[in-house]
Amino acid sequence: MAKGIRDKVVILGAGCSKFGERWECEPADLMAEAFEECIADAGIEKNQIEAAWQSTGIDAFSVGPGAMPLSMALRLPYIPVTRLENYCASGTEAFRAATYAVASGACDIALAMGFEKLKDTGYGGLPQRSRGVSNDMYYPNLSAPGMFAQLAAGYRAKYGTNKQDLKRAMAHVSVKSHANGVKNPKAHLQRAITEEQAMNAPMIAEPIGLFDCCGVSDGAACAIVTTPEIAKSLGKEQLISVKALQLCASNGEEGGFENWDGSYVATTRIAAKRAYEEAGVKNPRKEISMTEVHDCFSVTEMVTMEDLYLSEDGGAVKDVLDGVYDADGEVPCQIDGGLKCFGHPIGASGLRMLYEMYLQLTGRAGERQLSDPKLGLTHNLGGFPHQNVVSVAIIGQYDV
Amino acid sequence: MVGITAYGAYLPRLRLQKQVVADANAWFDSGLTALAKGEKAMCNWDEDAVTMATEAYADCMGRAPGQTPAAFFLASTSLPFADRQHSVIVAEALNLRTEDLRTMDVTSSQRAATSALLSALDVAAAGHGDAVVVASEHRHTKCASREEMLYGDGAAAVAVGKDNVVAELVASFTQAADMIDHYRAEGAVADYGWEERWVRDVGYMGILRRAVASLLEKAGVEAADIAHFILPTDQGRVPGAVAKRLGIPDSAVADNLLQSAGNAGAAQPLMLLAHRLEQAEPGDLILLTGFGQGCDVLLFRATDSIAGKKPEKGVSGHLARGEAETNYNKFQSFNDLLIKDLGKRAETDKTAFLSAMYRNRGLVNSFIGGECTVCHTVQMPKHNYCVNPECGAYNSQEDHPMAGVKGHVATWTADRLTFDFNPPAYFGLVKFDGGGRIMMDMTEVNPETFDTGAEVTVHFRIKQIDSQRGFRKYFWKAVPNQ
Repeated sequence: MAKGIRDKVVILGAGCSKFGERWECEPADLMAEAFEECIADAGIEKNQIEAAWQSTGIDAFSVGPGAMPLSMALRLPYIPVTRLENYCASGTEAFRAATYAVASGACDIALAMGFEKLKDTGYGGLPQRSRGVSNDMYYPNLSAPGMFAQLAAGYRAKYGTNKQDLKRAMAHVSVKSHANGVKNPKAHLQRAITEEQAMNAPMIAEPIGLFDCCGVSDGAACAIVTTPEIAKSLGKEQLISVKALQLCASNGEEGGFENWDGSYVATTRIAAKRAYEEAGVKNPRKEISMTEVHDCFSVTEMVTMEDLYLSEDGGAVKDVLDGVYDADGEVPCQIDGGLKCFGHPIGASGLRMLYEMYLQLTGRAGERQLSDPKLGLTHNLGGFPHQNVVSVAIIGQYDV
Repeated sequence: MVGITAYGAYLPRLRLQKQVVADANAWFDSGLTALAKGEKAMCNWDEDAVTMATEAYADCMGRAPGQTPAAFFLASTSLPFADRQHSVIVAEALNLRTEDLRTMDVTSSQRAATSALLSALDVAAAGHGDAVVVASEHRHTKCASREEMLYGDGAAAVAVGKDNVVAELVASFTQAADMIDHYRAEGAVADYGWEERWVRDVGYMGILRRAVASLLEKAGVEAADIAHFILPTDQGRVPGAVAKRLGIPDSAVADNLLQSAGNAGAAQPLMLLAHRLEQAEPGDLILLTGFGQGCDVLLFRATDSIAGKKPEKGVSGHLARGEAETNYNKFQSFNDLLIKDLGKRAETDKTAFLSAMYRNRGLVNSFIGGECTVCHTVQMPKHNYCVNPECGAYNSQEDHPMAGVKGHVATWTADRLTFDFNPPAYFGLVKFDGGGRIMMDMTEVNPETFDTGAEVTVHFRIKQIDSQRGFRKYFWKAVPNQ
């Protein structure tokens, strides 16, 4: 049995651009903005980076294929650079690749950079795009909110949840994230909303309304990773290490076999279990200090609380409404504002989540700072509830 | 004995209220008000002559896979492709045995269906086997036209053979004559017609009446003995007038359904035939005409088996299941009569990858899944490896046609973000009785009654229209059994 990644790699530095409608910026500008913060934080020179991974989700709308966009944007010193795409988990995938590279000993210092320039697509939401030659022949005429809205139907059917109660819990998810976003100068949306606003917003895909959807924005986020030993030798005192990095990809069983009821995301549950085991977490609700989860839509975040074993099955509506996941709750969720307020520049999101966890763990989250967090969990969910890729990462204090 | 062995029909669920059309256009042509009574069947955006043909066939013959007619003919003047045989699409959508299946599209005339029926009867008479004719028409008309008030969409099917005949062929007669009561040029949207009175007097009272008289003489049958006289037309008084001249009893004259379904063009003869067969009694003489550049006349006699053979819904059943549509703009939108802002999400490239389509035609055209021969799990789509995690057998699946299988909705949404010609777009996870499930589009959903658990059946519909390349893709959609 492999020992896993726990405490083998630490974050040497992290950076994040301002997210938003960055009309004036090229993707290279966003990358440079995040990278300058990151490398200053790491306290190294660019030529000390030995390998890099770039995550972008929808290349055709951004910078084209391959790794040159990152390599050229930062004028990296002729090092191995690889582009990664794995749906909405792309950012975390770049981080996983860099982490594994360091853990394997193949290199000492590696960079993970994620970015996306969605606001050049001309779409209000994610762009309408092909799902593949053969898939397009039979996949439904879907949008992202439409697919995730299915969770609400499945959840209602399973637990007999009243439509209005579910809608209010969904509204609370968004209200909470907006309240957090107000305190984050890098967030795209920095405005508070009310439950009534969220519940009465125009319908996008039953029962998902406008305020149940995350924003759409441009952004970049990155991290430089190394070994604890090297970090110490570079003078880092407070080390934040990787405790777990898990990924789970659907194989078609959820959509194609009888055992999935549409009320949860099976891959999240599998990835979470593995991540808790890798990190040595026995009681997630007690041990996880905070989470940044894939709140593409409010209902996704709500069921994710159950899928991460933070809420009991069928208990998320009550927990959400009870404020368990609010900034002052038991396990704050989306303390930076989440996808809800940052938007979802696909390639950047996973790294943006890790950036916030890193800031919190190093006590540098400013007005949003939580008291003494020990473990932060990030979660990405790419694809559809029945067919997807999920990543779960846990980072925390190295000496804890 | 050769004759009709089964029959059926299909009318789109939506019924455009003629009053709203008249209300919108009477300022321009006040004469339209006189035609404002009743309703007409109109295709949803995802229906056309091909999709309706599959429904009419199924109403007539059921959806059991592997049916083995010797011939399948499709008659229509509104087929979406000028060069692609639509009868083959329909044959695959119905999972007919395509090996040694004679297919043909018959078109370019309002008597396409009766001509196809004559050929089908010849196939059966020659001993080749049973043959099925489907006539299907999605009628295209101009805004504010008389035709817009009178034409309707629909399809009808007739099977012929030597065994289990419900109406035997007594005689037939065809007169060819290049009388152009109307025409539609290549690439034209709608018909161009000549004066109704001329069409009535020279066409129906002349060519058609003489053809009928010739047939009656040939068959040695008295006009007074005709029990069902079918004269498809959009001129409401013509059938009665022609019948009177011929001496056919007024009670025999078939209603053209102009105020309930509309005139379904090339499908109208079989539509009215199917309607009258529902009412026919043993021994009844049924006289069918098809008029257009001449006239086909076919005389049938109902057998003792007539009462025992009914379509699944038939014309009557379809007439009863309509839903009033009062939004004239929808009719215009669905029929591409408006320059409409479809939004950016409609702009995506819709190329049909024809090689991949052919490879996937089992799923796409025929809705065939797989059944594992090891654990018997049904799965959709068919796959190299069994989806059952306890099994996972490789290369173990046999074709499992799912088109006739009922399902229930497990999850769903009504999506207003994605582009749809008739938003919101409904889709969701459908679980099929006996196993198998798939995330799929839904259509004809009533938002008032629809929710998780709804029973659905799947139907062959238009999935996407590639207007850039003149192509349309078909796939299956779940329709609630409301």
